[in-house]
Parts: sequence; structure tokens; C-alpha cells
Amino acid sequence: MEDDGRLAKKRETLWKRARMIRAIRDFFTSRDYLEVETPYLIPALIPETYIDAISCGDWFLHTSPELHMKRLLAAGYPRIFQICKCFRDGERGSCHLPEFTMLEWYCRGMDYRKLMKECEELIVAVAGELGCGNVINYQGRAIGLQRPWESISVREAFACYAPMSMDKAVTENCFDEIMVSSIEPRLGLTQPTFIYDYPVSGSALAKERKDDFALAERFELYMGGKEIANACSELTDPKEHHRRFLNVNKYRHSIGKSIYPISERFLQDIAAMPEAAGIALGVDRLAMIFCDSSAIDCVVAFAPEFL
Amino acid sequence: MYSASDLKKGLRIKMDNEPYIVTEFNFVKPGKGQALYRSKLRNMITGAQFERTFRSADTFEPADLQQKKMQYLYREQGKYCFMDSESYEQVFLTEDQVGEAKNFLIDNLEAEILFFEDRPLEVSLPNFVDLVVIRADPWAKGDSVSGKTKPVTLQTGYQIHVPPFVEEGEKIRVDTRSGEYLTRVKD
Repeated sequence: MEDDGRLAKKRETLWKRARMIRAIRDFFTSRDYLEVETPYLIPALIPETYIDAISCGDWFLHTSPELHMKRLLAAGYPRIFQICKCFRDGERGSCHLPEFTMLEWYCRGMDYRKLMKECEELIVAVAGELGCGNVINYQGRAIGLQRPWESISVREAFACYAPMSMDKAVTENCFDEIMVSSIEPRLGLTQPTFIYDYPVSGSALAKERKDDFALAERFELYMGGKEIANACSELTDPKEHHRRFLNVNKYRHSIGKSIYPISERFLQDIAAMPEAAGIALGVDRLAMIFCDSSAIDCVVAFAPEFL
Repeated sequence: MYSASDLKKGLRIKMDNEPYIVTEFNFVKPGKGQALYRSKLRNMITGAQFERTFRSADTFEPADLQQKKMQYLYREQGKYCFMDSESYEQVFLTEDQVGEAKNFLIDNLEAEILFFEDRPLEVSLPNFVDLVVIRADPWAKGDSVSGKTKPVTLQTGYQIHVPPFVEEGEKIRVDTRSGEYLTRVKD
């Protein structure tokens, strides 16, 4: 982790980060997205198997703005985006901060395939604003932005890069290990890569594929071997939401993690949720790519160890 | 007991009854997946290095390591003998375990030996050791241009660069961490 004492040396990076965020705002504003702000301090959250919230009194700091952005979507706001801080307990590494910046957007009537296209358009537009043209140089490699970008299903990625098939990895309980050691480092090296159709088991609120219920309509965007964004066609059925929440809490309890209160208001509101797709993009990670930084510490002014 | 999130560079842990040191460490988390701790470890007995990925539920015993002050006695058939000056107990270290320290080991030198349970692992020397120059070319006048050095051989067989005025038979102080000459010493 970089020595944060050299704050003055971050000047160029911090300027570039600020320009990047401005370009993101301009992109969404020009497409008629409404910028929203949802509360950070919340009484209930969407339980996720492997995301731990930081408690704050009897409430929590949100781990993502998903819950309240979906309530807005259900209430008839068809195109919304937000750039906000999110908080996750225990997450600290070369690409993780316990407090980080997230861009999240939702669009009514979209599915995950169309969202991939909009994601391409966003990053190409930001690269243009930052003067990168069609190529980003990251850690000695050129990532070409000419479209269309590479897209590969999770099943194909396992067949290409992993020592076993996706199904076997799920059964043998080593899906995550193979993702980090064999697959992630190969994704998005020469051009950004979408990896899609994840096993439904690890996709909290993604819709299943109609032709294969074991797969979720979900994708992730990788650049330079790093996960940049996670997206899905959103689940709309309130009963299915409730069932998944209970399952996640049950599983969390079985592995000794705390369980989270479920928001009744969310479950009520979600009954009116339209077909939509949503995506969460790590702003710090994207800044790492544009600033050619190997560690997330480089693209924020203050990492937690230097407070 | 450590958990995976306690792992960090330099931490020494026990696995399968052997001591390991963490040489590299990173927290990773594949999209929506569980937290994983990618580590590089070195076996402190065999020196073997390898990568291991841990989950947050994994736990580790700390390696039971102890430092003991011991005196260097002699070398025999590639083994280096050290003695505990209180209990007179003797232990032997291999050439690999002694490593670079062999260049500075002189009789009766007091050193710290690191033990895992009862097994000696490695030796660390005082930062400065005084050694006798046993072979040196004489100082040719005119070689006093600043920055110029000459190679000499020390009593341990170690070759070192020193200023030209250092003569055979003199004692010099060496920094054992860098292996470099510091100054001449008078007995």
C-alpha cells in the first residue's frame, strides 16, 4: 500500500479523477437520467451472502444504494443515477477500501444486454473527455476501446482458462478461488471484457434466464484484469425477493455471520417495479484504470491507514 | 489463533506442524463472491515458496518461535556449531540456514538463533562485527585518490572492498547487514 504521506504527489491523479467524475455526470445528464441522492444511514438492507455492513447505532451504513434506488424506480422514476460513498466491513486490499465510491444507475425497460452497450458508451465518452482516444495504457498494456468489446459467458471462460468446468467448480465449492486465480487476471487485458451469465447461486437480485434457471442474467465488466462493474436484469417479483432474502440470511446465519433486518417497505414498493436493468460501477477502480495505478490507495486522497 | 484477515506480510504461522512466513499478501473478492486472502508463503525450514488462497473462516496457529543468544564455536563438515552459554547445549545449523552470516562468523561470536520448537532455523548476527584482514596488497602511495578501494580477504575468507590504506593484519569493522566496510579498529 502506497505511503499516503505523499499527498502532494497525488495532484495529477486527483485532478484526473475529478475530471472523470464530471464526465460521468455529464454523460448521464445528457441522456436524461435524474441524479438522485439516497440515505447512507439506513435501518434495513438487502442481505447479501458475502457483504458485511458497518453498524451505526441500531442502523447501518449502506453497502450500496440499491434498495432505495429501486424504490424510486418502482415509484415511477425511469432513469436514475447516483455517485455515492458505500461502506463494507472488512474489505481492504489493493483494489478494496472499506469506504469507496460507487456509481449506480438504473433504466426502465432495459435488459442486461442493452446495459452492456450503454456501459461501453459511458466509458468511451469518459475516455474521450480525458483525452485518451481509443486506447488506455494500463500497467504496460494497451486496452483498446474500439467497439464491440469482448464478451464471454462465465461457462466459456471456465472452459478457456480454468482447470475445470463452471458446473464442476460450483459443485466442488471452488468457484471463487478459480475466478480469482485463473480467470480474472485474463479478462480485459487487450480490450474491456464483459463476462456474463453467472450461476444463479451467487447473484442476489438478478433475474434467471428463461431458458436456463441455473443462470442469472448478470454481467461484470473487467478492464486490465480488474472487476469494474456488476450488472443485471433486475428481479421484479416481490415474493421471489422475499424468498431470496430469507435464504441469504439463513445461509449467513449458518456460517456465523450476522443476519440483517429486511425492509418491509421495500417489499411493498417493489410490487410496482417495472422491468429494468441496473449496474454498480466502482468509481475508484475506474480511476485506477484511467490513472494507470496498480493500487486503489493511489486514486483516493486518504486511505484509512493514514487518517 | 489467527484468522485469515489477520494475515500480513512478515507474519509467521504454523501449518502441518511447520513454520511459515507470509511473504506476500492481498485481499481479493471476486464479484459477489466471498472474501479470499491470496498469500505467498515460505517454509522456514525448507525455504520452499508457494502460493495459497485462504478463506475468511480459515484459522492458523502462530508459529512457536523463540530467539536464543548463543555463541558460535566451530564449523565441521559443512555444519556450524553454536552453544548456549548458560546450559552448554549445542546446536548445528546447515550452510543454507546460516546463509550470508557465514562471512562474518568468528569464534565465540554471540549471535541470535531463531528456534521453531526445538529446531534451529536461522541465525542473526550483531549489526557490526570486527574481523582481521589476512590478505591485502600493500598500499601503493598515489592510490589515495578519494573513492578508490582495493579488495582484501578477511579471516573468514570473505572478500571485501576497503580503502587502500587498510593493511594486512589490521582489524576492520563490517556492517553485517550490507556486508560493507565501516572503519578500522584498534585493539
